Amino acid sequence: MLTIREYVKAESIAQAYELNQKRSNRVIGGMLWLRLGSGNVNKAIDLSGLGLEGIEETEEEFSIGAMTTLRQLELHEGLNRYTGGAVRESVRHIVGVQFRNLATVGGSIYGRFGFSDVLTMFLALDCQVELYRGGLVPLETFAAAPRNRDLLVRIHVKKRPVRAAYLSMRNNSTDFPVLTCAAVCLEGAWQAAIGARPGRAVLIRDQERLLPEIPSPKDAEAFAAYVQEHLTTGSNMRASAAYRKKIAGVLTRRACLQTGGI
Amino acid sequence: MKIQFTLNGKKTEAQIRPDTTLYELVRQLGCLSVKCGCETSNCGLCTVFFNGTPVLSCSVLAARADGGRVETLEGLQKEAEEIGAFVAGQGAEQCGFCNPGMIMNMIAMFRELPSPTDQEIREYLAGNLCRCSGYEGQMRAVKDFMKYREQKTEESKEARV
Amino acid sequence: MRYVNQPVVKSDAMALVTGKPVYTDDIAPKDCLVVKLLRSPHAHALIENISVDKALLVPGVEAVFTYRDVPQERFTLAGQTYPEASPYDRLILDRRLRYVGDPVAIVAGRDEACVEKAMKLIKVTYQVLEPVLDPHDALDGKILVHPEDNWKALCPVGADNKRNLCASARDEMGDVDQVLADCDVVVDRVYRTKANQQTMMETFRTFTYMDHNGRLNIVSSTQIVFHVRRIVANALGIPKSRIRVTKPRIGGGFGAKQTAVSEVFPAFVTWKTGKPAKIIFTREESMTASTPRHAMELHVRMGADRDGKLRAIDVYTLSNTGAYGEHGPTTVGLSGHKSIPLYHDLEAYRFCYDVVYTNRMSAGAYRGYGATQGTFAVETAANELAAALGMDPIEFRLKNMVRQGDVMPAYYGETATSCALDRCLLRAKELMGWDEKYPCRDMGNGKVRSVGVAMTMQGSGISGVDVGSATLKLNDAGFYTLLIGSADMGTGCDTILAQIAAECLDCDLDLITVRAADTDTSPYDSGSYASSTTYVTGKAVEQACEQMRKKITETGAAMLSCPADQAEFDGSVVKNPADGSQVTLAEIGWKSQLGFNGALEVTVTHSSPVSPPPYMVGMAEIELDKETGSVQVINYVGVVDCGTPINSNLARVQTEGGIGQGIGMALFEDVQYTPAGKVRENSFMQYKIPNRMDVGKITVDFESSYEQTGPFGAKSIGEVVINTPCPAIAHAVYNACGCWMRELPITPEKILMKMIDNTENP
Repeated sequence: MLTIREYVKAESIAQAYELNQKRSNRVIGGMLWLRLGSGNVNKAIDLSGLGLEGIEETEEEFSIGAMTTLRQLELHEGLNRYTGGAVRESVRHIVGVQFRNLATVGGSIYGRFGFSDVLTMFLALDCQVELYRGGLVPLETFAAAPRNRDLLVRIHVKKRPVRAAYLSMRNNSTDFPVLTCAAVCLEGAWQAAIGARPGRAVLIRDQERLLPEIPSPKDAEAFAAYVQEHLTTGSNMRASAAYRKKIAGVLTRRACLQTGGI
Repeated sequence: MKIQFTLNGKKTEAQIRPDTTLYELVRQLGCLSVKCGCETSNCGLCTVFFNGTPVLSCSVLAARADGGRVETLEGLQKEAEEIGAFVAGQGAEQCGFCNPGMIMNMIAMFRELPSPTDQEIREYLAGNLCRCSGYEGQMRAVKDFMKYREQKTEESKEARV
Repeated sequence: MRYVNQPVVKSDAMALVTGKPVYTDDIAPKDCLVVKLLRSPHAHALIENISVDKALLVPGVEAVFTYRDVPQERFTLAGQTYPEASPYDRLILDRRLRYVGDPVAIVAGRDEACVEKAMKLIKVTYQVLEPVLDPHDALDGKILVHPEDNWKALCPVGADNKRNLCASARDEMGDVDQVLADCDVVVDRVYRTKANQQTMMETFRTFTYMDHNGRLNIVSSTQIVFHVRRIVANALGIPKSRIRVTKPRIGGGFGAKQTAVSEVFPAFVTWKTGKPAKIIFTREESMTASTPRHAMELHVRMGADRDGKLRAIDVYTLSNTGAYGEHGPTTVGLSGHKSIPLYHDLEAYRFCYDVVYTNRMSAGAYRGYGATQGTFAVETAANELAAALGMDPIEFRLKNMVRQGDVMPAYYGETATSCALDRCLLRAKELMGWDEKYPCRDMGNGKVRSVGVAMTMQGSGISGVDVGSATLKLNDAGFYTLLIGSADMGTGCDTILAQIAAECLDCDLDLITVRAADTDTSPYDSGSYASSTTYVTGKAVEQACEQMRKKITETGAAMLSCPADQAEFDGSVVKNPADGSQVTLAEIGWKSQLGFNGALEVTVTHSSPVSPPPYMVGMAEIELDKETGSVQVINYVGVVDCGTPINSNLARVQTEGGIGQGIGMALFEDVQYTPAGKVRENSFMQYKIPNRMDVGKITVDFESSYEQTGPFGAKSIGEVVINTPCPAIAHAVYNACGCWMRELPITPEKILMKMIDNTENP
């Protein structure tokens, strides 16, 4: 059982950051993961009054507040038009509507959970996280970094010409994924993010230029093999490392062939 | 700590612990329709509306409700009866334990999607687990309800003409 | 008929859909002590020392109990008729801990917070022992789960606790080995089914209080009020006369609540402290310390002639009952007795089994009760045999299936007095469009659509054992009260039994008030399990109505001063046809309360010497992704012969629900253990049950036979409906990719790896 000594609705990001420097305090996002713990939290820091919920779209980017819910991502027209529906596809299998109305983008990205669909999706886009103290950091760097006590404020998705597709493999339609795959072609350069390996998602770039902008099945096959080769998978109760490796190839190939977007 | 919020249209004040969940609070306040089926935010039984949005009350800190608006099936009895009659008409309520949460989410669905497709219905209600019914009867109930609503709209149009 | 075979709405339906407070925790007194259990972290251990002093100092804590505080007579939690087949192998708290989750201490206090705090302050020193987890290692192994001398089997079930053997038996006809040796084609396969959780949405829960007469009142979410009375009396060592058990509305059971999982703990607290107490199992407790389906390994041999005539079936089942023997000796029987008799005219059959103890959580009753496991194995073997013969699996079944009038030697020699299994098969074939879809179609992009088939049977109550009773009273104003001891757990039996009564009494349904499941006032009923309520208790209701009609006619005739055999009762008036005079039911009711001798009340108790099987055919259409192994159920067709469906809506929803559960069991539900014996799937986050995107389109139809011994020709339906998805889906998977999946659940990984293995080692 999780116990909380004090609830603080932060009045500013600065205050939230200060409070978060104490190890016994915790920032609460959607509360979905946090509540599963059994520790004692001294101060629970709520960011929900700071205007961090919502997606702002400009010419250059999507700026997504940390408290934006997964359901908002799912329904956001601009973001889904930009990614050819890949963002929607990446979240729609997560438990249910009521869950996605609570789960936050900030919680998903900050947590850097191995199973995270959201992390996989954004990792494949040109994306930076905005940290209160650390400033703008490429998501790829952030995803690989250990957790610290900085505050994730927003996520910025650069609007570069993109083709994207998202696929996941699940044993049951709303279960954690067995493997996630976001394939993206950013201004002609391909990359695939693979998550639920079951470790944290990683980004694999098409450094050998195996894929042209519009790939043939054979091109996709070649890149899929490349991804398999450069991917480390592991085993957990949902699937073995060997199975994950197989699936990584299949999902990558299929995703490359079905990308859409602007 | 003390919070103030609107529960089923009524201004309510409550003394809570910082870690009291919204689920615990609404039950303490007599909204016993709200059920708990898991501790891991997976089942949908505890669905309530928070500021008009369906959420899992087991995963919301009651403290967050301060200044907000919460509705449970106790406050939506008319809609519950209206939709529920179609669930009952199919015998699809079965044990009934998941029904309040499911009917809450059905109400939410119809507010958001006036005439959902089968796929949209399945997807919207996917977070409401039911172990008795196999879901098919609930699907028939939703579709029967949609037909009934259409008819009602037609009739009221005709009446206006 | 006015009420039978009609889609009558359940009497409690509107209360349920509008969220009225009608379940155990909704009606528990506010001042109940909160009861929680400290549970063993070890799969096998002895408590060396346990100190509760600090826990007792926590403000608000009322009591902490350990193994030193409880009676030392062993008992079983299985809800079965006395003398139970399940061994007496439990104590409320034991010094020896037999699985991760076995209760170590009972803590009761003012609220959850103080109880949780106290639990952390209980100091336990464990002598950790090596556990035995694999059923193969258990039998005659060196680690004993129940070495104790006061372990006791009440019935001769072939048990021996010094061998870890909970039960064993052998049943045969003819010389199976010889016939199989003579068959043209024989399949010889081993199938594995896993433990599954019932996962009723309402977890186990009970509250208890002492009443004004100093009696212990138990209000529980249970299928078995009368058995709970006996179990608690045994556990606490107190007279049954001091106990009353009732149940409110139940949030699902599926057999889980045929075991008294939660009752003894608050009962013990209330008995010791005199204070009301309640226990609400967390979902984690319900997943890790409960009563899941028995995991079984089934070795099946099946032999036929080249022309497809089935000649012999041999089944050996090894069942894992876990740490305790609840339902261990009985579930296993169904794995053979309800699978082998699906096929008639066998020259020989043999069915043997062993049930073993291991250091896993105790198994128990789950819808299908062993028949589900047996059906998966035998029906898959039948499909494998048909494939080996190069025969259409439907042709194979039409040639060999049991038909009405057949004697079923493997089903205790009972005759299939009512059986429409053949019609079920043909109807299912038509609804599925089998001929167009069998065996498979390539959909492109690596996807294949295919179909699979299985048939099944269950029973209707336990023959010669289950007892159902009905008390019917006529009240003033002419309405009836129907008292029954069965437990409506969402199935709608309160309504179904009222429908039977209204039909028999020629009255409006709302003139029947049903009161159920109160050990003080209900007539005896074994409880709602073993697919018994409609068939056994329903018959008692029918008979009670007959007797009531007679009493009403006699009373009315006396009021009209005419001979009873000349008077007629049409449901609302008793008439003397000779002079046209009449009295209304209301007048008869009033008369019965005014200077009247002899009650307008009857009680009938009924038990059936036979257990006529309901039958069913299930067909699955799946889409298999050959590149990932992923399976999506597209269509499922179930055609059922439950005799006359009493409530057509409820029969349909029961069937759809059973199929849904079966699909979960087939595709992803699993209870796995770590090497140390801890359950991995301890929540809804890890143990996935189907949601509405997983089950596909379910189509249900009925092909009814008429069962003379059932009310209005009815048999059972509750359990049979869960049995077909596992073998039908396994068959469809084979038809899609050529791989026989012989272990459940059939996960994408297992399929893909097997496909790769088949390609590499053809």
